[in-house]
Amino acid sequence: MHTVIRNGRLIDPANRRDETADIYIAAGRIAAIGAAPAGFSVQKEIEARGRWVLPGLVDLRAHLREPGQKHKGSIASETRAAAAGGITTLCCAPDTSPVIDTVAVVELIRRRASDAGMAHVLPLAALTPGLAGEQISEMHALQQAGCVAVSNGKTPMANTLVLRRAMEYAAGLDIPVLLYAEDPWLGASGCVHEGVVSTRLGLPGIPACAEVIAVGRDLLLIEQTGVRAHFSQLSSARAVELVAAAQQRGVPVTADVSAHQLYLTEMDVGQFNSLCHVRPPLRSQRDRDGLRAALSEGVISAVCSDHQPHDTDAKLAPFPATEPGISALETLLPLALRLVEENVLPLHEAIGRVTWQPANILGLSAGTLSLGTRADICIVDPERYWTVSAKNLVSRGKNTPFTGWELKGKVTHTLLDGKLVYENAH
Amino acid sequence: MPANLQLDANGNLRHFLTVEGLKRQTLTDILDLAESFATVDAQSVKKVPLLRGKTIANLFFESSTRTRTTFELAAKRLSADVLNINIQTSATSKGESLLDMLHNLEAMHCDMFVVRHADSGAAHFIARHVAPHVSVVNAGDGRHAHPTQGMLDMFTIRRHKGPDFGALRVAIVGDIMHSRVARSQIHALNILGVGELRAIAPKTLVPPEASALGVHVFHDMARGLKDVDVVIMLRLQRERMQGALIPSGSEFYQLYGLDTDMLAHAKPDAIVMHPGPINRGIEIDSAVADGEQSVILEQVSNGIAVRMAVMSMCLGRGPEAAGEGS
Amino acid sequence: MTTQPDIEHLLGAMATRLRELLAARGIGDPCMVGIHTGGVWVAQRLHELLGLGEPLGTLDISFYRDDFSRIGVHPQVKPSNLPFDVEGRHIVLVDDVLYTGRTIRAALNEIFDYGRPASVTLAVLVERGGRELPIQADVAGVQMQLEADQQVKLSGPDHLALTVQSHAG
Repeated sequence: MHTVIRNGRLIDPANRRDETADIYIAAGRIAAIGAAPAGFSVQKEIEARGRWVLPGLVDLRAHLREPGQKHKGSIASETRAAAAGGITTLCCAPDTSPVIDTVAVVELIRRRASDAGMAHVLPLAALTPGLAGEQISEMHALQQAGCVAVSNGKTPMANTLVLRRAMEYAAGLDIPVLLYAEDPWLGASGCVHEGVVSTRLGLPGIPACAEVIAVGRDLLLIEQTGVRAHFSQLSSARAVELVAAAQQRGVPVTADVSAHQLYLTEMDVGQFNSLCHVRPPLRSQRDRDGLRAALSEGVISAVCSDHQPHDTDAKLAPFPATEPGISALETLLPLALRLVEENVLPLHEAIGRVTWQPANILGLSAGTLSLGTRADICIVDPERYWTVSAKNLVSRGKNTPFTGWELKGKVTHTLLDGKLVYENAH
Repeated sequence: MPANLQLDANGNLRHFLTVEGLKRQTLTDILDLAESFATVDAQSVKKVPLLRGKTIANLFFESSTRTRTTFELAAKRLSADVLNINIQTSATSKGESLLDMLHNLEAMHCDMFVVRHADSGAAHFIARHVAPHVSVVNAGDGRHAHPTQGMLDMFTIRRHKGPDFGALRVAIVGDIMHSRVARSQIHALNILGVGELRAIAPKTLVPPEASALGVHVFHDMARGLKDVDVVIMLRLQRERMQGALIPSGSEFYQLYGLDTDMLAHAKPDAIVMHPGPINRGIEIDSAVADGEQSVILEQVSNGIAVRMAVMSMCLGRGPEAAGEGS
Repeated sequence: MTTQPDIEHLLGAMATRLRELLAARGIGDPCMVGIHTGGVWVAQRLHELLGLGEPLGTLDISFYRDDFSRIGVHPQVKPSNLPFDVEGRHIVLVDDVLYTGRTIRAALNEIFDYGRPASVTLAVLVERGGRELPIQADVAGVQMQLEADQQVKLSGPDHLALTVQSHAG
């Protein structure tokens, strides 16, 4: 199949490319930019005048709900949503049921993903079997089966000794470790940020120090073990300060933030809005500003969706009884682009934070328009406004606090390995 | 979503979920109306026909005989029919069946739900999902609010200290962190323009950012009680003694218990209040609880009139009552 | 506006007729109850003129109205105060204007919630047409023929005065 995308503005921050040009795709890979390569006979042509042609997005964390919670979503339904959001590569969190701690589960997920054919799904292996934090998992076998990193999901690691050993073991195999930083006791009973809103609403809080303490401990272990480590979904200004200081000392550590943490704060919980029930919780304005600053300085090098689709009932209960999480695949790109409008990041960096930089964290060959790489491409109409609504979301999960927001920038086409997997040209 | 879920388009009370965000006039209206209802006690038939034909369902997801009884009495004195539904926790308190149950009760033409629930925000959740003709009164949700208790305390204070809250110094003592009663009292006192509001507790029992609620925090009981007009003691739940919040009941009592010596730091005519049920010897000495300055039993009977006022205001919305021909 | 009757004259005549009526019924020591607001003003004068021994009772019938679900409850309800035991007593119920009869029905219901009186005698300053219930006054100061869109109001309490207002147009 020979496909050409004509007249689009190619923005490929990894290669410092930003030009209006045609891009030629053959055998699922990027064959040429500018002039057609020899022997190229156009079979499919996509007109992209006035649009941006970007590398497909790379999302470091999404919950696809399969296996185990198919009433919330499936690999097929959620990768379809990923395609609609321009995401072509995504890491699926290990807290499925059963947990991703055996080769069989990894194979199941990869088979389902390949059957669906909508996105590259990279499983994250459990750091400890059953996420129980007691033993270390068979990281080598899981890596061989296709896992790109290990992670304990959102289950905090209480036992520091087990964490140290897991890091040492991963370091020996050169497997990246993704860390979710939360002190298991300080955060145990909470459901919102401990602060003005928790006090006002009488909701049990999770103090920012629950994250800061865990980041502090983990940084010392990262230094000690030399593991390639990455903090997922940081939420507090103080925690990113610690990460920045460690990076300056030369510790090999990176960090990401969920897109919603860059826009919402504890105030958005309002009068018990369960759509704003997330983990880690939405924190103060000062924290949000700190996250934005860290993103702008490069301390945080990736923005992820932390997609968590839910059935309606999961959010239909008194606030503490609701399940945390946001259906977020389809808002990732427009929220990243909005950072440009709000002067947090220049355009190339905003795109970099959702493409080559997350890929780079895991050493993946993705998130670029380099010649010869897989043709994972997303085409965006940068001027199109759309309103987030249950009807407009492809994901089975309609749970988003951005409902009603008018966002700018809509994906019109997504190509996976050169094949068109999403199209919404008007 | 409306800016204030508990008000209708005319600014009248539709639900009573929290004191926070209400106007001073609304609170004064509740207190004035409660004053009138208090006279119903003088009748030999302690009942008025105001809510005849209305059905009020008490939905208690958390058991509380005392609160439920005063709500039931209030409803019955207004001639409403009362349905008591005790929902023991576990499976039925899950969101899905909770809504199913509400819709079933609506189908039986209930006009009001009085809700007590262990989760903060439960009353808001229910109010957001009921049919338009149904009112919701919060009878205590988690640590969030217990607005009728807050208002009956204001009623009690006003009866003893007069309507000028600006002249009063009030101290709330004890487990403020976990207390929905304290939160409702704090909002009500601030809206009514209290002169000074103090919170006295060990740091473990004061919520973070408490000053944002408009209270002065004291950790020293004697200093905190100095020259106050009203002392409100809170109940210390036994389970707080686990979880490393306080070392022991006896140490708590030593530091924050109210006995006659401690009470002497307050003004000589200070009144002592407690939402009940009281823990004698844990937060308050019997000599104080049963003493001359205690108004604890009055609080209980005032609770009926205040709940009557709230129920009739929520169920009697509509255009301003105009004086019309007789 | 129409001509205003001389209120003091009307009150004097009412007191005289009441005294006669009570004597004829053999009632020696009645209890007088005025209905808020105008009825209380009228009752205060009659109470004085008759020189009754028992203190005056007052009723606010807001909690007994039959139109609650339509117009709600006004927060400024005055407390009802019956400073005597109603049980077995002869009550003189006083209001300013008798119109539909609904206020009197509500007042009777409220009185009976305090106890079972031996009898109730109704005295009103103004009796006008438009009754919706089978209720009449035993003593009326003046009869007025008014249109449905007209309203008669008593103002007070220092200088009692009657005004008739038209709501037409």
